[in-house]
Amino acid sequence: MTTTTTLPRAPERARPYRGTKVRRQRVRAAWTFLAPMLITLALVAGWPLLRTFYFSLTDGTLSTLGDASFIGLENYLVYDNGAWYGLLTDPLWWRSVWNTVFFAVVSVSLEAVFGVIVALILNAEFRGRMLVRAAVLIPWAIPTIVSAKMWAWMLNDQFGIINHLLMALGLIDSPIAWTASATYSMWAVIMVDVWKTIPFVALLALAAMQMLPRDCYEAAEVDGIHPIKVFFKVTLPLITPALMVAVIFRMLDALRVFDVIYVLTSNASNTMTMSIYARQQLVEFQDVGYGSAASTLLFLIIALATVAYLYVGRKQLQLGGD
Amino acid sequence: MTSRQFRRLATRVGFWVLVAVVLIYAIFPFYYAVITSLKPSSELFTVSYWLDSLDVSNYVTIFSQGSFVRAIFNSILVSISVVAIALLLGVTASYALGRVRFRGRTTVMLVILGVSMFPQVAVLSGLFEVIRGLGLYNNPAGLILSYTIFTLPFTVWVLTTFMKQLPMELEEAAIMDGATPWVTITKVFLPLMWPAMATTGLLAFIAAWNEFLFALTFTLTDSQRTVPVAIALISGGSQHELPWGPIMAASVTVTVPLVILVMIFQRRIVSGLTAGAVKG
Amino acid sequence: MASVKLDKLNKVFGHDHIIKDVDLGIGDGEFVVFVGPSGCGKSTLLRLIAGLESITDGELRIGEQVVNDLPPRERGVGMVFQSYALYPHMTVYENMAFGLKLAKTANETIEERVMATARILQLEELLHRKPKELSGGQRQRVAMGRAMAREPRILLFDEPLSNLDASLRVQMRNEIARLHQRLGATVIYVTHDQVEAMTLADKIVVLNAGQVEQVGTPQELYQRPLTKFVAGFIGSPTMNFLPAEMVAGTTEGCRVHANGIGELDLPQDPGRHGAGDALTLGVRPEHLGLAPASGDNSFEIVNVEYLGNEVYIYFEPKDGDTLLIHRSEAPSCWEIGQHAALLPSVANVHLFDSDGCALALISTRDAA
Ligand SMILES: Nc1ncnc2c1ncn2[C@@H]1O[C@H](COP(=O)(O)OP(=O)(O)OP(=O)(O)O)[C@@H](O)[C@H]1O
Ligand SMILES: [Mg+2]
Repeated sequence: MTTTTTLPRAPERARPYRGTKVRRQRVRAAWTFLAPMLITLALVAGWPLLRTFYFSLTDGTLSTLGDASFIGLENYLVYDNGAWYGLLTDPLWWRSVWNTVFFAVVSVSLEAVFGVIVALILNAEFRGRMLVRAAVLIPWAIPTIVSAKMWAWMLNDQFGIINHLLMALGLIDSPIAWTASATYSMWAVIMVDVWKTIPFVALLALAAMQMLPRDCYEAAEVDGIHPIKVFFKVTLPLITPALMVAVIFRMLDALRVFDVIYVLTSNASNTMTMSIYARQQLVEFQDVGYGSAASTLLFLIIALATVAYLYVGRKQLQLGGD
Repeated sequence: MTSRQFRRLATRVGFWVLVAVVLIYAIFPFYYAVITSLKPSSELFTVSYWLDSLDVSNYVTIFSQGSFVRAIFNSILVSISVVAIALLLGVTASYALGRVRFRGRTTVMLVILGVSMFPQVAVLSGLFEVIRGLGLYNNPAGLILSYTIFTLPFTVWVLTTFMKQLPMELEEAAIMDGATPWVTITKVFLPLMWPAMATTGLLAFIAAWNEFLFALTFTLTDSQRTVPVAIALISGGSQHELPWGPIMAASVTVTVPLVILVMIFQRRIVSGLTAGAVKG
Repeated sequence: MASVKLDKLNKVFGHDHIIKDVDLGIGDGEFVVFVGPSGCGKSTLLRLIAGLESITDGELRIGEQVVNDLPPRERGVGMVFQSYALYPHMTVYENMAFGLKLAKTANETIEERVMATARILQLEELLHRKPKELSGGQRQRVAMGRAMAREPRILLFDEPLSNLDASLRVQMRNEIARLHQRLGATVIYVTHDQVEAMTLADKIVVLNAGQVEQVGTPQELYQRPLTKFVAGFIGSPTMNFLPAEMVAGTTEGCRVHANGIGELDLPQDPGRHGAGDALTLGVRPEHLGLAPASGDNSFEIVNVEYLGNEVYIYFEPKDGDTLLIHRSEAPSCWEIGQHAALLPSVANVHLFDSDGCALALISTRDAA
């Protein structure tokens, strides 16, 4: 058994204590429990990410991954024979960057607006409210591929119900090729994405609304303030933090969008996003070096957006805290 | 009728119209897929809003293709395995993160949050190499492994918030009774965590069931595909004659179980989503 | 059963020094109660003994063994938590058997011990219920049963009765007292409740800001508090304190003067204090006499409370704003607005110096 000697102690200067055996055992157990998860994440996320960074500096192809040779930053930018080459000079890459940002900003804004409206409706007391709430979850639960296919069918230029409906209402004269036309395909994609993700935003907004104190509303009602004013002056400011979280989540999701667009419009350049571009290079053109360079840039853009958000968020927190 | 009463009535009507719009928005596309799937191929190209035939030939078509049945089986196998792995690793990890104070805890939490924000494409080439290196290319096991990248961080995150809510004294009582951390997890916490586990498991299941990019990239042959890829790759004679009937039948087939699950576990799903996002 | 010895025990949380050099000996089979104001470190000290917190410095012995580094299960301690912390998914039986099972006890022994404990605590009828199907008092008993089933050498209680309503609390208090007499176990018990402390304890430990103020039997603490803090903490209603001044100190005792009381000759040893020193006079409400009077040496009655069997009379103080209290048997003929002289019973008066230390009685000093 350990013999503990009572050391002379200076109470002012708290001795950094080692903790007892119990505590040390607990900490050791904690790391043991974390290890499998951390190893798995390292295997499927950490290491592959590093390899992607590395591949982006090589001329590897899908079949010759093993003996790719290091070519520096040539995949990104290189000056050769009086002209610049590389990812950063590829107009299609810049097109897909622009498409991604446009898609993300527009669809997330629309989702936020409609999400809050749906949440307001679900927050009202009415009969069958639980049923409506469950129904609203359906678009969220449908696999993205399936919803893309459903909409592709509804948006079909010749036999689609949307064109049929719009023509029957006299809004358009001839069918629109929603998913093929340069003008409409981006909007078609945005519409499908908005349709699918409104429930997520709505549920988070609804959860925030249900945590709001009742007395604010009762006070406002007593004062006879118009409900729309109450919404903008009371509800919206109070649910903004929760809404921001939902918007950030959605934004990060939208910046890496792949499947909706891939199924609806395939590799068309009008709707090509960074993820689609990168995958096309990687898998279809088998150019792992170049595709990895695109992946790396996408990762950096998202990481930058996250860091910027965290930084701004913390700033605001500090300002709010003072 | 006074103007006041009229305003009341107008508000009420307006409200129910809004509710109707929300319902149509939520249900119509799925409803339309169902009625399309139940049409005979001859009527496919006449638009109708109502279910006017009950023809199951589209369903017969897809189920008579071995590859679709196989894809359903693969999807079930992959999703359930992913859920099991994520929960197993997630529960132990969330105990460590939710109940033990140790140096490095915040860092680990940040790493997990960071991984959950990874664009999947960013790891595609590296993961491809890992999967090929492990001999798991074109194999559901490769998908199971790769899906942990998005299910695991999420599961750990949500379970940690649930773990934190369990009372401290309960764990201390277990310590007094001589329980090791492992015993505390399995004998004391797990029985209390079932609702949380069901929620997270369900969300992880849905995420795995719906995944597309990895499934598309890491499988090659029909027999190894999962349902989303199988549906995306259903094609007809040419690009312009997609077999919409069978596609809708397949879509409905894979969606109905999910819709039923969501209807049953609606409350749990909502609490899980909000625990992951708001409280995190 | 075992004795416990705390030797210069210290606990630091981050930068907060919470337990400071606590020395304490607890005898075999003793019932010791920790009392003190909220946040003084009672729970922390208990948890140090239990092994739920690590000891920053000092030595803790249970029996003859130093247990600083032993996990709770090897210390042979059982603990009852304020919130009971019963395992919600286990039956009463399973709750009590859990620790025994983990200790790999043979099944027959487990059954025997659980049944024996259940019999003592009258839980036999409830063994197959889940905690949520029990009343507060029953849960409390199960929590005790769980702590006792492993036959620990020491039982620890952290405010076990504070979640119960008043009448149940009295009943459980009695049960705990009888249990202790029957089992003879060493018990360490934390409470806020004076009555619990006075009635249950063999020995009360008064803690203040992480330090031991005084250790003694309930009578000792009540009759001879060593500090003003203890004097004010023990006893209800609390002791009256009046500022006083030493007039003269001799080997026979002290003569002090207090505003509104006049001069008193007290049996305390003046020690190093001389004429003119500021002191505090302490008199318990029950040690005051009343006489009709007016003028300087009288106080105005501001409130009279009838409690059925006794009466509290409140007086406007001359200094400060804490009302002075007089306590006597009902009935009383005093009324609000009347003036009265307060006559302390000299043998029961306490004197504290400006540091809050009590002046010793001459007789006790002689005896020592
Ligand atoms: N884990 C901890 N970390 C930091 N400080 C702590 C911790 N536990 C307790 N403390 C601090 O130690 C001090 C004593 O706490 P403790 O719970 O022992 O008080 P207590 O006497 O039991 O009070 P109460 O009568 O209110 O239960 C408090 O100031 C508390 O804030
Ligand atoms: Mg306490």
